[in-house]
Amino acid sequence: MRVGATLLRWAEPLLVPLANIAAALLLSGLVVLAAGADPFAAMAVLLRGSLGDPASLGYTLYYATNFIFTGLAVALPFHAGLFNIGGEGQAYVGGLFASLVCLFLGPVFGWLAVPLAVLAAAAGGALWALGPAWLRVARGSHVVITTIMFNFIASALMTFLIVKVLIAPGQSAPESVPFVESAWMPSLGHLLGPSPLNLSFPLALLLATAVWVFLRRMRAGFELRAVGANPEAARAAGISVARATVLALGLGGALAGLIAVNELMGAQHRLLLEFPAGYGFMGIAVALVGRNHPLGIVLAAIFFGALYQGGTELSFDLPQVTRDLVVVIEGLAILFCGALENLFRRRIATWLGKEART
Amino acid sequence: MSEAGTEFLSILAATLRLATPLVLAALGGLFSERSGVIDIGLEGKMLGSAFAAAAAAAATGSAWMGLLAGVAAAMLLALLHAYAAVSQGGNQVVTGMAINVLVAGLAPVLATAWFHLDGTTPMLPSAARFGALTLPGFASLGVFYRQVISGHNGFVYAAALAVPAAALLLARTRFGLRLRAAGENPQAVETAGVSVSAIRYRALLLTGLLCGLAGAYLSLAAGAGFTRMMTAGRGYLALAALIFGRWRPVPAALACLLFAFADATQARLQGVALPVVGAMPVELVSAIPYVLTLLLLAGFGGAARAPSALGVPYRRDG
Repeated sequence: MRVGATLLRWAEPLLVPLANIAAALLLSGLVVLAAGADPFAAMAVLLRGSLGDPASLGYTLYYATNFIFTGLAVALPFHAGLFNIGGEGQAYVGGLFASLVCLFLGPVFGWLAVPLAVLAAAAGGALWALGPAWLRVARGSHVVITTIMFNFIASALMTFLIVKVLIAPGQSAPESVPFVESAWMPSLGHLLGPSPLNLSFPLALLLATAVWVFLRRMRAGFELRAVGANPEAARAAGISVARATVLALGLGGALAGLIAVNELMGAQHRLLLEFPAGYGFMGIAVALVGRNHPLGIVLAAIFFGALYQGGTELSFDLPQVTRDLVVVIEGLAILFCGALENLFRRRIATWLGKEART
Repeated sequence: MSEAGTEFLSILAATLRLATPLVLAALGGLFSERSGVIDIGLEGKMLGSAFAAAAAAAATGSAWMGLLAGVAAAMLLALLHAYAAVSQGGNQVVTGMAINVLVAGLAPVLATAWFHLDGTTPMLPSAARFGALTLPGFASLGVFYRQVISGHNGFVYAAALAVPAAALLLARTRFGLRLRAAGENPQAVETAGVSVSAIRYRALLLTGLLCGLAGAYLSLAAGAGFTRMMTAGRGYLALAALIFGRWRPVPAALACLLFAFADATQARLQGVALPVVGAMPVELVSAIPYVLTLLLLAGFGGAARAPSALGVPYRRDG
């Protein structure tokens, strides 16, 4: 009986996402078939392109870094019952703050600009999330809609700033001048490479651990989860729902802002147009597949990082299939892991022996 | 007529055109949400319809076949939505988001595979599109009638008619009564011997129909083919209009007109020098409709009361 219960406790959170992912991949295979290509060939390209050699693996982990940040940015507010769809805009504004530090303080502060820019990226993301948080607390506005509106506004604002203000002089490409080399995030590309993998990856792992500690071991994290579980009961117990809302969205925004550390300071070394490129939205899939648990998010982020990197190879090898296929798999993963989560769970729970739970 | 007057009339005419997909989608969301199902997936249903309509019109050369395919695609997505949100009791916001992401990927994949263009469908000839209708000319009705009311696409008039039709359906029919009851007090509906699930499925199919019209309008009438992300957030704006209109057909449609007016005005403001501020940069002016949405939601959204059972999956035994 005890063995059964332990088995259930460990196997269920692992088997259910695997079954969901398998279903998502199976349906994506049908999409490849409808596109007139061989699904097994597509899968082989995805696998080889993402894990086939050290450089591909480096790229996979580099993309996974973005997904750890955005996955946590969705998961942390989710624990407080808030659906943060604003990762895209939060990352964009985080990128602005980090870039300003790198561009203007970088030449003065030397290596000290790096930690300053990391903090600035988090501050920018948090700031952009505080708008929806305030609207939620003060006006009762729906976070889903306000965060989406903030995405559009960030996009307009950043396009203006990049095209009209921060663009490198005498150049037509919408990007800033390069950051000074001392303001770059130290590269790890020589370990798995050549690839843009950089110190942001261990930073992301560290923050995933920190989020776990915060949620499970700290008072504020407990309050946040209490609000997510039952706002009325939390309020009755003397917990400030407003404070938990601001904290959850602010921390979520800060995590999303850190994409800029990996993308801009770690890889591109300049501010460029539309750099969040859908990573913010991908965070929803990552958080759902990882069941909002930091360890699950790291594993899901590596899975999606592999898909993303493998997807870049797709269009070269199979001209009928574009890399949008990765977005299809992402959508199906959200569908199966989020919306249809009960589809396989009951069956798997029964199969593992439901009586073991008692 | 003065130049400013003509300009104003053309902004009003553009407002009606821009409001059309918003009104259709908002009415679609109205049925879903009044029955108790949150619909963040209006965007995906519209985009799916825009793609299917353009693809079918390109393949058959017929605008009507395109319309049919668009509506069918949106209704299929609505069925998927209903299966996940109603039958499986899944999180409704997540379900809607899944549909949005899925379609955003699926449409360009299929467009590339079928038409060998990068994520778009071929440019449609005018025979495969819906053109403007000129309403019977009543010269006595004057310049406002000629320039603002007449000369639009059939979709524009359909959207205008859909508002009173939806209001009547909701307020005056037995189906409307049951639909509203399913969103307010599903237990009472079941006690009366009516299936809440069946009502919510039907409500979502209506949502699919209206989003299908909205999407087909975008690719067959307003545009000439499908392009990536051509809905550009209109599904979310429609949802905001619905909330701002407190889940009622006429106020929601008026909110859509307001957003559309802001959109039409920003298009005219681009590059125009204004008093005090001077010429507003194009990039910033384009954010006006979104900022307006936020201001309206912040100003009035707090007072809105959603249908009581909105977002709560119904379980017969629970």
